[in-house]
Amino acid sequence: METETIIESFTTLTVNKLRTGLAILGIVIGIGSVIALVSLGQATQQSVQNSIQSLGANLLTVIPGSTSSGGVRGAAGGGTTLTDDDAKAIQTSSTVTTIQAVSPEVQGRTQLTAGDTNANVTVIGATAPYATVHNLSMQSGLFISDQDNQASSKVVVLGPQVVESLFPNNADPIGQNVRIRGISFRVIGITTSKGGSGFSNTDNQAYIPLNTAQLQILGQQYLSSIALSAKSQNVMTEAENQVGYLLLQRHNISDPSQADFSIFSQADILSAASSTTGEFTTLLSGVAAISLLVGGIGIMNIMLVTVTERTREIGLRKALGAKKKTIITQFLVESILLTFTGGIIGIILGVLLSFGISVFSGSLFVISPSSILLAFVVSAGIGVLFGWYPAQKASGLEPIEALRYE
Amino acid sequence: MNIIQVSHLSKIYRTAAGETVALDDVSFDIKKGEFVAIMGPSGSGKSTLMHLLGCLDTPTSGMYILDGENVEKLTDDELADIRNRKIGFIFQAFNLLPRTTVLQNVMLPMRYAGVPMEERKERAMKYLEMVGLQGRLDHTSNQISGGQQQRVAIARGLTMDPAILLADEPTGNIASAQAEEVMAIFQDINEKGHTVVMITHEPDIAQHAKRVITIRDGKLVSDQMNKHQVKANPKKSAIIDPTKDLNLG
Repeated sequence: METETIIESFTTLTVNKLRTGLAILGIVIGIGSVIALVSLGQATQQSVQNSIQSLGANLLTVIPGSTSSGGVRGAAGGGTTLTDDDAKAIQTSSTVTTIQAVSPEVQGRTQLTAGDTNANVTVIGATAPYATVHNLSMQSGLFISDQDNQASSKVVVLGPQVVESLFPNNADPIGQNVRIRGISFRVIGITTSKGGSGFSNTDNQAYIPLNTAQLQILGQQYLSSIALSAKSQNVMTEAENQVGYLLLQRHNISDPSQADFSIFSQADILSAASSTTGEFTTLLSGVAAISLLVGGIGIMNIMLVTVTERTREIGLRKALGAKKKTIITQFLVESILLTFTGGIIGIILGVLLSFGISVFSGSLFVISPSSILLAFVVSAGIGVLFGWYPAQKASGLEPIEALRYE
Repeated sequence: MNIIQVSHLSKIYRTAAGETVALDDVSFDIKKGEFVAIMGPSGSGKSTLMHLLGCLDTPTSGMYILDGENVEKLTDDELADIRNRKIGFIFQAFNLLPRTTVLQNVMLPMRYAGVPMEERKERAMKYLEMVGLQGRLDHTSNQISGGQQQRVAIARGLTMDPAILLADEPTGNIASAQAEEVMAIFQDINEKGHTVVMITHEPDIAQHAKRVITIRDGKLVSDQMNKHQVKANPKKSAIIDPTKDLNLG
């Protein structure tokens, strides 16, 4: 009986292919956009999380100035409140027990030239712990050592993207010379790519010894930031407090709200970014849900037209012994079949679409099974919801009225 | 044994414009195995009577007992069940499902009765053979002529082995040659023991029945046995006017 109803409904739907196709289209677009947009949102969320995490585990960053005077980037190099001594104090203080490595840093954007090629990159003045704190690994060569720093050596470590720009013919850059602001630096190492996106592209950076940067390139004694690596993720808050109090003491500030520096932990940034991208996903899903609703109304419209058109048929069926339930089932099966087919095509379309987006934008391809399952349930649900009224209307027709209908 | 027992049956339609008495205190009985024609001009109330006899509508007052069951106060679904089991409908406009095969059309009432698939096919084949359409099983209803469609409808009406076969102007939409065929089938199945009730406004069609009931202005005006029952001769009619069949696709 049930399979017969399904086959019969299928036959009915294939009679008017154009109309059936158009009715399905609304659901296809609705479900397709839900899948594609949710996956886009999740991919964004994941790639933001990945890139933040790749910047270093257990990372704490101290920057000069308060947050109100600018963001993380804006304050870099701007404030003048962090010094080398602050960094040394954090390292040597007996009250700071939770910090494993300290990396004082300066940075600025400048031009690098090699022969007749050049590249605009972020040059970072770093010390040996930088690599540990920021989770950097070397593709070839070595990172800056303590000796390089003490001797203010003119050596440079390049990010892979910088290598690509400066040495386009795949020549081994190690041992070659690169000029920064007219001064010649010898390349000693290349970092491994982190595949960073535009948000924080560590691949397009160059690293020189901190002292060299301060004295010869940027001409400033102050630090752009101090990056700290805590001993474990569990002591992040404690570490933040210990460092905060030490610096307040050193800067002679008694009121923490007046602090001339800010401390960010990786967790703070991660959760802020996660909540932002989460909201982004919700917003996208909301937009997609509206198109799904419109698709459902389209189905209801078609089903109502069908009921009117088939008044005689319904009357005949009732005259021959079809009960209310039989007629309701018949029309519900039809509308569910419509939305279900639309749902399946929509899922395929959505998956292809999000795959296309990921290929185009180079972002991650994330399809969560839950969103597919949800799309299935929702599309069938729409069939029931929007098919119910037309089905009720059909089953309530009087057989005589229906038979007389021309 | 009375298959149909109608006593003091009335139907009054109430509209905003006032009351219309479509059927006024009609009483009669029909025994098993009868072939009754209900005659009357249009507007006489014969369609209303047909709807009441067919359990498609309920009377305003009076009593109607069909095959031992009092059907006045049944719900819609119970009426649907009665129609399914006890009445075989034959309509003026055939009312077959469009784009559906002859076989499927005939099996439809059995589907609503929950008859298993095997048996459905078997019974449908039996009655299709009876009306001479065993060669058209897989034709859809719009691929056959009007007369053939009506024969499919007769087969459909018989599959549930109903108490009565109720025909509403069965020859109204078909050519006279084919009308003769339909009458021949009616007489044939009546001879096999089926009760046939036929509503018509054509006196010469009514002459094929054994008994004629006449209705006028909602009242029963005559009810008599037909002493001169006409035997349908489909072959003869077909020879008289063989082209009519072709005119009706």
